[in-house]
Amino acid sequence: MKHRYLPMTETDKKEMLETIGIESIDELFSDIPEKVRFKGSLNIPEAKSESALLKELKQLASKNSDTDTNVSFLGAGIYNHYKPIIVDHVISRSEFYTAYTPYQPEISQGELQAIFEFQTMIAELTGMDLANSSMYDGGTSLAEAGMLAAGHTKRKKLLVSNAIHPEYRDVVATYAYGQSIEIVTIPTKDGVTDIEALKTLLDENTAAVMVQYPNFFGQVEDVKTIGDLTHEVKGLFIVSSNPLALGVLTPPGKLGADITVGDAQVFGIPESFGGPYCGYFATTTKLMRKVPGRLVGETVDQNGRRGYVLTLQAREQHIRREKATSNICSNQALLALAASVTMTALGKQGVKEMAKQNIVKTRFAKNAFEAAGFTVPFQGAHFNEIVVKTNRPVSEINNKLLEKGIIGGFDLGSVYPELDNHVLIAVTELRTKEEIESLVAEMGAYNA
Amino acid sequence: MHNENQSLIFELSKEGRIGYSLPELDVPDFDLADLLPEGFVREEAAELPEVSELDIMRHYTALSRRNHGVDSGFYPLGSCTMKYNPKINENVARLSGFANIHPLQDESTVQGAMELLYNLQSSLVEITGMDEVTLQPAAGAHGEWTALMMIRAFHEANGEGHRNKVIVPDSAHGTNPASATVAGFETITVKSNEDGLVDLEDLRRVVGEDTAALMLTNPNTLGLFEENIIEMADIIHSVGGKVYYDGANLNAVMSKARPGDMGFDCVHLNLHKTFTGPHGGGGPGSGPVGVKADLIPFLPKPVLVKKEDGTFHFDYNRPQSIGRVKPYYGNFGINVRAYTYIRSMGPDGLKAVTENAVLNANYMMRRLEPYFDLPYNRHCKHEFVLSGRRQKKLGVRTLDIAKRLLDFGYHPPTIYFPLNVEEGMMIEPTETESKETLDAFCDAMIQIAKETEENPSIVQEAPHTTVVSRLDETRAARTPVLRYQKA
Repeated sequence: MKHRYLPMTETDKKEMLETIGIESIDELFSDIPEKVRFKGSLNIPEAKSESALLKELKQLASKNSDTDTNVSFLGAGIYNHYKPIIVDHVISRSEFYTAYTPYQPEISQGELQAIFEFQTMIAELTGMDLANSSMYDGGTSLAEAGMLAAGHTKRKKLLVSNAIHPEYRDVVATYAYGQSIEIVTIPTKDGVTDIEALKTLLDENTAAVMVQYPNFFGQVEDVKTIGDLTHEVKGLFIVSSNPLALGVLTPPGKLGADITVGDAQVFGIPESFGGPYCGYFATTTKLMRKVPGRLVGETVDQNGRRGYVLTLQAREQHIRREKATSNICSNQALLALAASVTMTALGKQGVKEMAKQNIVKTRFAKNAFEAAGFTVPFQGAHFNEIVVKTNRPVSEINNKLLEKGIIGGFDLGSVYPELDNHVLIAVTELRTKEEIESLVAEMGAYNA
Repeated sequence: MHNENQSLIFELSKEGRIGYSLPELDVPDFDLADLLPEGFVREEAAELPEVSELDIMRHYTALSRRNHGVDSGFYPLGSCTMKYNPKINENVARLSGFANIHPLQDESTVQGAMELLYNLQSSLVEITGMDEVTLQPAAGAHGEWTALMMIRAFHEANGEGHRNKVIVPDSAHGTNPASATVAGFETITVKSNEDGLVDLEDLRRVVGEDTAALMLTNPNTLGLFEENIIEMADIIHSVGGKVYYDGANLNAVMSKARPGDMGFDCVHLNLHKTFTGPHGGGGPGSGPVGVKADLIPFLPKPVLVKKEDGTFHFDYNRPQSIGRVKPYYGNFGINVRAYTYIRSMGPDGLKAVTENAVLNANYMMRRLEPYFDLPYNRHCKHEFVLSGRRQKKLGVRTLDIAKRLLDFGYHPPTIYFPLNVEEGMMIEPTETESKETLDAFCDAMIQIAKETEENPSIVQEAPHTTVVSRLDETRAARTPVLRYQKA
């Protein structure tokens, strides 16, 4: 058969078979035992031409309601943010996206330097000493932080705030089961981690305390106090943080965090139905040699020129094999690049301005909901999400909103039974005053 | 490539310059001190660069020119399947109906995406010969761990929680033992025999009632098909263990042999390898896991199913599931690309992929055989491993050969892997390379072999043409500098 991705001609094949000294390609597969040889044709659809396939897949894509043509107030960990146009231009350069891990530094300086810059920007935003080259996503990064803490403290209990993203907590629980680590949930009170309850749970078996900042309900946790309490029992303090919020919030590194993790999706990465995203992992110099994943470091070449290499590889699975504490073998380099371009475009001023817009617009939405008679149960400081109580099931309201071209908020009752008929509304810098007012009006109309 | 000092983006920063365009604030402004508790308003700004849009484009364009990808040139990095990354995949993944949908939208609003994922699952079930596939794992290592967690849950459900040993061949990739450890197992290594295959006698010796699983790559990391696979599966099954297929090398056997027919109980695939990812500079990947029927109850949550009315649904009601392995449903964007690729190739195309990949590897192996040691001299599959021990005797190490290849514009093979070959060079050409490219690379390798005999210093001191020469890795590790700090 002929195919645009397969360059071998019949003449080529003939010459190659001669060099090998065989008659047919089949002979190369003679070592596959007859009994397990696959003889038929795979039962998958026949190949389509480029134009026909594109047409079919466009039709499939058009069946979905996207956040570009609709107005989205759905967040819950993944947000509809400003994406500088240049991001796609940079990550579409095939020198980046068709390369693999920079094993050969002399021909991979571009990727290595881009990662070094990413590490720097994440360290800056989180206020931590250092960051790695990225992780799969925020959820697995949090799980890895928990495993590191258990290994480092030689303790087997993680205290996990109930105000952490429920799916993140589920992932932590799966990893913890593998390592026989106990998970204890810290209850919440008024939408934030219950500090009095935490005090009763902390003990000398506590490997780490995990909180989210801002938390799943959009609330700003009292990170400083929780960190201090954690350190009193010599546990590690792990903060899962939206890095955009850190444009204006005091960074976890200044509030006692030993490890800060999260997802850089907020920086120029599309929602993409759940991935790929860009987990980050930042920590202190003290824990540097226990960091999972890849790290890029600066060095010099034989002529004294500055350059970058993968470093501290003695931590990693390909060296340590069964003694490794993490099995991660890749990173999210292309997404880290997208996030770097966005952090660079925003820069020192823009990241502050964008973060502040999120807070201010969310405050505007909160006031508008309350003015329309809605209850906003959690009255603490928020970033870009608020919880709104409804009189009718959230799914019903969201169906009505969709008819008006609005993607409603997250139905909290689906994961927190005590928050049935409560919706988590996300308001980013992209939502206009008019869109917010329209959301409140439409929700008001169906809420009777 | 450019040979000049490359600034860091931070060094280009100038106070007051901007590179963004945020929406106008159209609601009343507030002072942050009025909205945030005391002590929570950031005092010191994060030192992000202050540069213009053109500064950014020039910077990253310069960086891209200091990087080698498949589109730049041949990339025969063994075990990584660096094939061409089709451009239609990129266009499809960027369609708004795929790129701009939120994972927590109501299922009724994302049926197109779910249909694509379901069709991809079905295709992978057929290609692997398994009974069910989950698309959730983010990468190969993540898939390994997911599958091992399922095997663990299976044994525990059968009252056999004492099965705590995972058997791994000595030629296995480092992720295999690491994944076993993270899943709570102990690793036992089984030896290879003189043919480069798993030693059956040694395998019989290490199995027992504590065997949880055998992890196997087939073809193995030497590029050789484990022809005793049926016996190996029988040995493991006879003591109650499960057989795990590391799909890193699936490109070698598509439409020729299916893991499910070879006796494997579960398999992970690397969609960024066999199914044209792309590799992205180190990620993202996608590492789906396929299982036989008896492991289905343990699949991670949620499981994507097709309902009787033809709609698609995420099923969370799976009481024996190992739980969530990742937020949401996997690396959707990579799965879209893989599906586009499978639909571009069809059944005949995938068969041709494997045949050409194997033909290319065997051709190169025979062309290079006179010049380098070939420790396992038999037909290989999609890749082969040479040894540089002949050159080492002349003072030229495999690392030197790799660096010298850079001067010819090639990415070198994987080196010093697998661990059971001295001075190993693992070469995987893939099916998308032309005979001319293979010949030119072989010519370069042959020239380097000659240089090794006649003028070894040119190899030992390589590379000569790259933007930097060999870098001091010891210094990087001894005094780690992992971030820029303003002077």
